[in-house]
Amino acid sequence: MEEYLVILLGTALVNNVVLVKFLGLCPFMGVSKKIEAAIGMGFATTFVLTLAAAASWAVEALILVPLHLEFLRILSFILVIAAIVQFTEAFIRKASPGLYRALGIYLPLITTNCAVLGVALLNVQEQHSFAESLLYGFGSAAGFTMVLVIFAGMRERIARLAVPVPFSGPPIAFITAGLLSMAFMGFAGLVAN
Amino acid sequence: MIEAIATMSALGVGLGIVLGVAARKFHVETPPIVDEIEAALPGTNCGQCGFAGCHAAAEAVADGSAVATVCPPGGREVALKLVEIAGPSCHAGGADLAGQEDAGPMAAFIFEDHCTGCTKCYKRCPTDAIIGAAKQIHSVIFDACIGCDACVEVCPTEAIIMRSKPRTLRNWYWPKPEEHFEPAA
Repeated sequence: MEEYLVILLGTALVNNVVLVKFLGLCPFMGVSKKIEAAIGMGFATTFVLTLAAAASWAVEALILVPLHLEFLRILSFILVIAAIVQFTEAFIRKASPGLYRALGIYLPLITTNCAVLGVALLNVQEQHSFAESLLYGFGSAAGFTMVLVIFAGMRERIARLAVPVPFSGPPIAFITAGLLSMAFMGFAGLVAN
Repeated sequence: MIEAIATMSALGVGLGIVLGVAARKFHVETPPIVDEIEAALPGTNCGQCGFAGCHAAAEAVADGSAVATVCPPGGREVALKLVEIAGPSCHAGGADLAGQEDAGPMAAFIFEDHCTGCTKCYKRCPTDAIIGAAKQIHSVIFDACIGCDACVEVCPTEAIIMRSKPRTLRNWYWPKPEEHFEPAA
């Protein structure tokens, strides 16, 4: 039990996908101008990332390893992730139109989110079991969502401030992201690994 | 080698079948009027109407929250079509078309003397109708330009204007027969 808690905290805070591993930077900069959009993107990513971590574990353990085709890992993971995103979109559209309207625009974007592929590959590298993979995916996604929302809040405030002209717009956003990343280094001692 | 090809093909086909079945099973009926309105719109998702793309605009016209003149690049022609589809009872039908003059199809034109090759217009074009590269003079492909005005406002040297499309043999068409209504005697 404690081990699972360590994975969850470790992925969400200590080894945060965005600020420490530098994965998924595109939505981090792109969808962080408004808090609502950030929350929508965060939930959509959480959904897909958790599913993708589970599905890519299944592909690795049930197809690639028994057939000795580990060299096809990246290709098959991309295939599986793209299919999951499409499936999720179709399913949500039918099951919950309200959720579809909230997440609709963001779902297809997640196909190209490198955090999803990155977490699937890290799961293989760290030789996680199924439950660990699932938790690792969920923890990473929770960390991604948290950072995205924090950053969106900061950018909403910055938008109202008088930023010196050379720094206005994207430069100040990048500087803020750097400061946030340094702040997250403070979590480094929280969990031993 | 053959094993790898077979596995990837099987994976692809398998996922394809799953997605195909899912698309059938979870198919959501959109109201036919939305599809019809979307077909009448230019479909370039230029965003000038203020909605997130043509599909969102079509939905808004269908439920009456947007007027028929919602589409600036479409102009009078599209507005008339939308009134026809949505019907006069709908809010969209009550739109005022008087202000919409029929200027004919417009296309952007770049004054090459003023173009600095900054690529700003090139990036904004929803139909990729502007050719050129950084520090190269840009030019417009008339056939691809939908006259959406998006490039005009971003040009830092005001080198872009909208002109009516030159009538050539390729885009000329026979005008529709005019309708004559005989007043009842």
